Amino acid sequence: MGINLPLIWLLIIGFGVMMYVITDGFDLGIGILFPFVKDLSHRDAVVNTVAPVWDGNETWLVLGGAALMAAFPKAYAILLSAFYVPVILMLLGLIWRGVSFEFRFKADEAHKPFWDRAFMGGSFLAAFCQGAILGAFINGIEIVNGHAVYGVMDWLTPFSVFTGLGVIVAYALLGCTWLIFKTEGDLQKQMVHIAKPITFALLAAIAITSVWTPLAHPAIAGRWFSQPNIWFFVPVPILVALATYSILRTLANDPHAGPFIWSLLLIFLGYTGFVISIWPNIVPPSLSIWAAAAPPESMGFALVGALLIIPMILGYSAWAYYVFRGKVKVGEGYH
Amino acid sequence: MFNLTALELARIQFGFTITFHIIFPAITIGLGAYLAVLEALWLKKQEVVYKTLYHFWSKIFAVNFAMGVVSGLVMAYQFGTNWSQYSEFAGSVTGPLLTYEVLTAFFLEAGFLGVMLFGWNKVGPRLHFFATVMVALGTLVSATWILASNSWMQTPQGHEVINGVVVPVDWLAIIFNPSFPYRLTHMVVAAFISTALLVAASGAWHLLKGNRTPEVKKMFSMALWMLLFAAPLQVFIGDLHGLNTLKHQPAKIAAMEGHWENTPGEGVPLVLFGWPDMATETTRYKIEIPNLGGLILTHDWHGQYPGLKEFAREDRPNATIVFWTFRVMVGLGFLMILLALCGAWSHWRQRAYESRPLWRFALLMGPSGLVALLAGWYTTEIGRQPWVVYGLMRTADAVSNHSAITMSISLVVLLLVYAAVFGTGTGYLLKLIGQGPDAHEPPPDGDALDQRPARPLSAATPPTHPPSTTV
Repeated sequence: MGINLPLIWLLIIGFGVMMYVITDGFDLGIGILFPFVKDLSHRDAVVNTVAPVWDGNETWLVLGGAALMAAFPKAYAILLSAFYVPVILMLLGLIWRGVSFEFRFKADEAHKPFWDRAFMGGSFLAAFCQGAILGAFINGIEIVNGHAVYGVMDWLTPFSVFTGLGVIVAYALLGCTWLIFKTEGDLQKQMVHIAKPITFALLAAIAITSVWTPLAHPAIAGRWFSQPNIWFFVPVPILVALATYSILRTLANDPHAGPFIWSLLLIFLGYTGFVISIWPNIVPPSLSIWAAAAPPESMGFALVGALLIIPMILGYSAWAYYVFRGKVKVGEGYH
Repeated sequence: MFNLTALELARIQFGFTITFHIIFPAITIGLGAYLAVLEALWLKKQEVVYKTLYHFWSKIFAVNFAMGVVSGLVMAYQFGTNWSQYSEFAGSVTGPLLTYEVLTAFFLEAGFLGVMLFGWNKVGPRLHFFATVMVALGTLVSATWILASNSWMQTPQGHEVINGVVVPVDWLAIIFNPSFPYRLTHMVVAAFISTALLVAASGAWHLLKGNRTPEVKKMFSMALWMLLFAAPLQVFIGDLHGLNTLKHQPAKIAAMEGHWENTPGEGVPLVLFGWPDMATETTRYKIEIPNLGGLILTHDWHGQYPGLKEFAREDRPNATIVFWTFRVMVGLGFLMILLALCGAWSHWRQRAYESRPLWRFALLMGPSGLVALLAGWYTTEIGRQPWVVYGLMRTADAVSNHSAITMSISLVVLLLVYAAVFGTGTGYLLKLIGQGPDAHEPPPDGDALDQRPARPLSAATPPTHPPSTTV
């Protein structure tokens, strides 16, 4: 067959997950930053920067789940039942976070702090679980006779806890720079103030992960340091340094969209490093995308829709962002 | 927990999470269409009453939608977390259908929802109307895909099973499987009816409180007209759906009717009430009407259809449950028709806005649409048992390999969170409804002609923003 369907689907799912990480990343990031935003009118403004778009951002996660089931049902079944606990916890986090968008504006003043805490806690929990799932995913799932050999708490390791914390920091940076982009005045100043330490924290997290991953996973080390892969990897640290420098530079001179755009590059680089590490497995260390693939009839049917419709989705989603362009002012409410 | 097996706990978890979830999309489907109609009427007639109603119901829509999104997220992952064997077996069919749902419906709703809720003054009126229509359309497209997926599990076709995995052969046959058209129309009309009953009850509550603004009267009247049209239509669709089920899932019909065996040469009676007993294979304490059951299901006075005893014991759904869930649904359906007829009678007598008994009846019937909808789903889903994919895979073979302890803990946690989150959310919905359409400031572009007094807060609202709740 001429078309490599599993590969195309891996790219589509990879694209969907990346869209999720970037867009819901800054949604979750603003929740993670809530402890730094004390002023109540500031909090409203912070939430209003994402109120019109968060739902679309979260939909990429639903696409990731549905597409994984469509294209790689075996991987969907193994991954989700192996990561049962962190997936359920992530969903609970997303529930608290998601309803708080609406509830905090509908609650009595006395109840509002509760929903602010729910927004914060839900964002932390969801981000941590996503990071922990990432770490557990890199650690791999042993498969014997087509079934996962995986205890209910095997996902929880020092490495996965660390990646969980790393994702919290990554989302915090996206949220922080998004707010620098979308707000002004005191609130923006405050965000500029904390952006620098968060950037350094993320840089440290990336560095530690980059050392820890190959040390703990010889197979990944082999992949990284073999020819010709090494040549793809050499530019990555350089680009990371460039992105970090650019974040700091744009923060220093009248920040607007700059720090956010460079943060996106930083996150993207981390993401590509992850994808290269696991390729061509859909469940490391041994289940490849070809072994887990759905029948071609399933992948082909869904592919037609994906290729036709995803460009349209990108089009009208961009339009929605365009409608709500510009700074969100403190004191003005959509709600 | 309570000596339940992991399978039973997984089933309880699925039943309970989907019970919570389905309520929100049902209201989303109904309110989405209602909002599109209201905005169309506002654009056409330029009567303020439609715009005020639009803004009022769009707030309720927003809260309801958020709850639908987050509870739906759980569903999208539950196939993998709790039913991984099913996903491996039939993910090749369910996965692509869900992918199409996400691509064609979820993104459409989410993409235009922001503009619909927050963009009243950011885009032109026609573009805003377009956004509302896209959201309403998205809800219907979503229902189409998910019901295609569900119906395939009820009446599977268009596939082969190769090496223990379903391989799709004919996608049109899979999507347009035998029960799909009936289930889809039955569900969409149920969503419209449920929403109409909620809107009517909201109107009735305000009328009872003496709040007789044009908005309250208008929504009360619109809802009752909708009910008069949709409730009888639903009986017709339901009848067709029943005949379709008899053809493809006769065991389900036998269980729903508490029908155990045929007497040679005699039409099957209709059991009005009774207690089907699975152990003794009889329906106890039954009150029945001779020949009517056969007449309804075969349209023949001496008609017979298979009784439960014709199916092996291990292939029978639980008749005690589906017999009663089915009767709850049908009973409420007839009460809905009665309400619609009372409304029409009062309208004809020009007393619709003065009849306290009508208001009380409408208020009481507020949740009945959702209750009937859930009862109907219990009937069709429990009636499909012991199969998860009818005739192809048993539910017992579909479940993930988790321990009963794991399933118990996750069930308890989900129960607590759902009760807290969706309980509170329902409280906020009722509070919003209780504020009424005229408790909100006039729409943001400042209608001087609006006869309601301008309150200080609305004057303080910057003119460039949509109305906000004033609390």
